[in-house]
Amino acid sequence: MAEETQVKDEPKEKKEFFGRKERRLITDPLTDNNPITVQVLGICSALAVTTLLYPSIIMAVAVIFVMIFSNLTTSLLRKYIPKQVRMIVQLVIIASLVTMVELSLKALNFAVYKQLSVFIGLIITNCIIMGRLEAFALANKPWQSILDGLGNAVGYGAILIIVAFFRELFGKGSLFAGSPIEFKIIGPTQDFLINTSESVMFGWYTNNNLMVLSVAAMFILAILIWVQRSYNPELVDVS
Amino acid sequence: MHSTNYVIRFVLIMTCVVALVLAAMATLLQPVHKANEALYNKRGIIQAVETKLPKPVGEMTDAEVADVFDSKVEQYVINTDGERLSEEEVIEAGYPGGKAENIDMEKEKKKDPSDRLLPVFKYQHEGSDYFIFSVRGNGLWDAIWGNIALESNFNDVAGATFDHKSETPGLGAEIKDNPNFRDQFIGKEIFSEDGKFVSITVRKGGAKDPDHEVDGISGATITADGVTAMLENGLENYMSYIKENRSQKVKN
Repeated sequence: MAEETQVKDEPKEKKEFFGRKERRLITDPLTDNNPITVQVLGICSALAVTTLLYPSIIMAVAVIFVMIFSNLTTSLLRKYIPKQVRMIVQLVIIASLVTMVELSLKALNFAVYKQLSVFIGLIITNCIIMGRLEAFALANKPWQSILDGLGNAVGYGAILIIVAFFRELFGKGSLFAGSPIEFKIIGPTQDFLINTSESVMFGWYTNNNLMVLSVAAMFILAILIWVQRSYNPELVDVS
Repeated sequence: MHSTNYVIRFVLIMTCVVALVLAAMATLLQPVHKANEALYNKRGIIQAVETKLPKPVGEMTDAEVADVFDSKVEQYVINTDGERLSEEEVIEAGYPGGKAENIDMEKEKKKDPSDRLLPVFKYQHEGSDYFIFSVRGNGLWDAIWGNIALESNFNDVAGATFDHKSETPGLGAEIKDNPNFRDQFIGKEIFSEDGKFVSITVRKGGAKDPDHEVDGISGATITADGVTAMLENGLENYMSYIKENRSQKVKN
């Protein structure tokens, strides 16, 4: 008997737990409401940390962690946070989570910690996080807030990773440099998969130093925004 | 609207909770942080003699770095007169570890030149000794530092590594990221033909003197000049020690 009722209840509960509304909380920020390409938030860090793929992935993971837990904490406390000081409370929540991330990264992967240096600390000033706390977590239940945080942070992280992919590939000729699974792809010596000094097809290619500079991130972001808006013209007037 | 009393209570409790959690975490992780930092520095030191290592530092695990450092590197501290200091003297100078790897170059740089403590790392490989000296200076945005390895004649450079706090990626940061930049130092000489100390210059527009100059990095002239100044000033600190050992070698 007990088993039967459980089976019957499952779909119903699932619907409430992860219904259409909940799914949209995750999918919207990935596409039509992307924090970077549509809302144009968090650009500074997208320009600064995306020279290499590996640190960008770490950065994305850090932002996902901070975003989910700050959304969750704010949502849990939403009835207790005094309106007068809510911004400061949010800032303290974000700052303490970021400090935790920084301390853990320093213990777990010191080389990447050195590479990201100030940018982990600067997650505090990432407007996406404060924006979601103000706009969503203060007025919604914890579960929905987690999903919203996950969606927005993944939307941010995905753009970060796409930009870093192109910048590292064309700027350094490698992928995942600095990580245990480093791929060397295009370069002038035997170390690389395609040796440009011998290759007939890629002989013309030398590493493009412009891609390493932050300007390149601006170009790639602009191309992403252009592609996205030509697929969905409704977005053109949004921002 | 909450009362002022409530706001104050809320803020006080929140601050205490956050402070406690963060303080506990920082204290618990501190030993790990210190160990990581020490290992990171060791990596930089042995990278100066990368061509003499069993494999490139980038491919070494942390354990292998520690192993090479412990088994093949002899470390000691000297003063600017070239005299070797005992462990007690180093501890007295404010480094509880008492070893060369504990020396904080930033702290030493701020001291009067004659009071500075200088670390020396002697790396042994196939019967010859290599002497690694630490240098520190300023780049465009913040501190830069490095390790330069000399062969036992105290003239030929066996290798050099550089690191920085916040130079621009793709420009100044190339001193660390671009292996071609540091490889240029191998085989250079710090003394001129007539025995005068000339150091090594990073030359904008390409090296002219093949023995004492290396190519600069386009777009990073200030960082490159910083490297030049750092090498000159840094090696100048070690000059008594270098000259003393050099003259001994000449006599022999």
